[in-house]
Amino acid sequence: MVLNSLGRQIPEIFAGKKQIPYSDPWSLQPNAERSTRAIRRINHNGSKLLGSLREAIIATGLKDGMTISTHHSLRNGDHLLNDLVKEIDALGLRDIKIASSSIHIVHAELIPYIRKGTITGLECGVNGLIGELISKGELDCPIIVRSHGGRARALITGEVPVDVAFLAAPCCDEYGNFNGYYGPSACGSLGYAMVDAQHAHKVVAVTDNLVPYPAIPVGIPQTVVDFVVQVPTLGDPKKIVSSTTRVTTDPIGLQIAKYAANVIECSGLMKNGFSFQTGTGGISLSVAEHVRNMMRKDKIKGSFGCGGITGYFVEMLEEGLFEALFDVQCFDLKAVESIGRNRGHQEITAGTYANPFNCGAVVNRLDCVIISATEIDVDFNVNVNTESNGYLLHNTGGHCDVAAGAKLSIVVAPSIRGRLPIVRDAVTTITTPGETVGVIVTERGIAVNDKFPDLKAELIKRRVPVKDIRELRDEIYAITGVPKPLQFEDKIVGLVEYRDGSIIDVIRQVAA
Amino acid sequence: MKLQKRGQAGTMQSSDLMVVVEPADELVIEIESTVKKQFEHLIRAKLESVLAKHGATAGRISVSDRGALDYAIEARLEAALQRAGGLS
Repeated sequence: MVLNSLGRQIPEIFAGKKQIPYSDPWSLQPNAERSTRAIRRINHNGSKLLGSLREAIIATGLKDGMTISTHHSLRNGDHLLNDLVKEIDALGLRDIKIASSSIHIVHAELIPYIRKGTITGLECGVNGLIGELISKGELDCPIIVRSHGGRARALITGEVPVDVAFLAAPCCDEYGNFNGYYGPSACGSLGYAMVDAQHAHKVVAVTDNLVPYPAIPVGIPQTVVDFVVQVPTLGDPKKIVSSTTRVTTDPIGLQIAKYAANVIECSGLMKNGFSFQTGTGGISLSVAEHVRNMMRKDKIKGSFGCGGITGYFVEMLEEGLFEALFDVQCFDLKAVESIGRNRGHQEITAGTYANPFNCGAVVNRLDCVIISATEIDVDFNVNVNTESNGYLLHNTGGHCDVAAGAKLSIVVAPSIRGRLPIVRDAVTTITTPGETVGVIVTERGIAVNDKFPDLKAELIKRRVPVKDIRELRDEIYAITGVPKPLQFEDKIVGLVEYRDGSIIDVIRQVAA
Repeated sequence: MKLQKRGQAGTMQSSDLMVVVEPADELVIEIESTVKKQFEHLIRAKLESVLAKHGATAGRISVSDRGALDYAIEARLEAALQRAGGLS
């Protein structure tokens, strides 16, 4: 074991691979060529259609010990990964690793296949029960949590070699061109899948909407697709996009959003050329509404909105408040409809979005991001992976990527959730290093990182309740009481990888 | 103070708790909580101090907690005790 710079014990080797302890957000340099794969030659001009997922698995030559991937743009409506693993198991394959862009609650169906050894490793974070069971030691399957940018990096450098990518293709032709814009499983941007399409050794497009050649516009081209499979359904469209993203009505949330808007106002970033990203939580959307009003009032012409895109950002684009939207993932139906219609609504790959190892990702051009937190410590480190009971329940998403890239990252969170103090001495797991976090906004006050003295002075001048983060913690502890520290076993069940591939924290088995 | 009958107060909503008190020969406190690992000791301490304040030395006190703060615990327990005829 070695200590990383944030004081976390990191194993030198995990799941058979040597690990690099995290030191800081910026200095680790890539030492790799772009990963390669065999060049293929297809002469025929006919169809690449195969009859079934099973035929495709056989045709790709998937073998014991190999790694598969899927994308998560269908989110909790995805049926493909579950169907795929069932077929892999039926073919008698074992020791398969999954390197999907994310795993959702719906994928709890994979648990029996992990128990029987069909699946033996997760090269990606998880949402839901699988993570909980791994944390409890009830499921033995090493897991490495990666951010969106970090996953793109790992595929591009070849650290995670994907043998076969099975990519859900909502609108696809028989020669393998596809996009995510149309069809019953339309999900909009295919930003995550684009990385797999370029780097997996074999690529299978799986569609429930086969259209006559060519499928236009081409998101992922025929030149990288080996096979096409038609299935009855890719998933449940109602769960692919959530139509219920809306502004919070909770008074605590509204207060937090107002303070966050004050912070943006005081930051000096709100001027022509402003670029901005929020999540889809009710508080984030409420901040977006404040931002829209500020931009309207001061006649500010923004540069771009980014991230998971919602209808809010689409409206701001169409109103002319932003020149462009960079979209790695559509979060609601309005965003899906817009990406096929608005020229300024640009689909980008996860690598372009957030990979730290390229000539500059989009996150580097962000002025301001609103991010969430499950826990925050007095050094501004943020946890979004584990709950305060120690269970790994959430994937990182782009959290640490945007925090590192943006000029100012603003964490919005209530100070207390169900008696749990959100600002505390230490976080259960470090997802995002405090060095990349600018401001913490709670309904009880705002803590500003020492890296932003001017912002702090401006906020104080405008009588916004700025507090030292330790003072904020003490105030919260006085209400909740001091929580008893969790008990963990020595066994490490997973790693949390920082975006550059170094290990920022570990997930330990929670004591019974 | 002696409990006459069963008394109940509270809800199962987040940040609230449900308290059920019943007559019993001795004092028994049962705690279920979403934050049991972190806060059982403080929940128990609060329940004991409220029971002591009202001189309750016997009864079965069952709590299903959803992360309530101390003042909610105190209010719900007192309401349950009152409904059980345990407060004058």
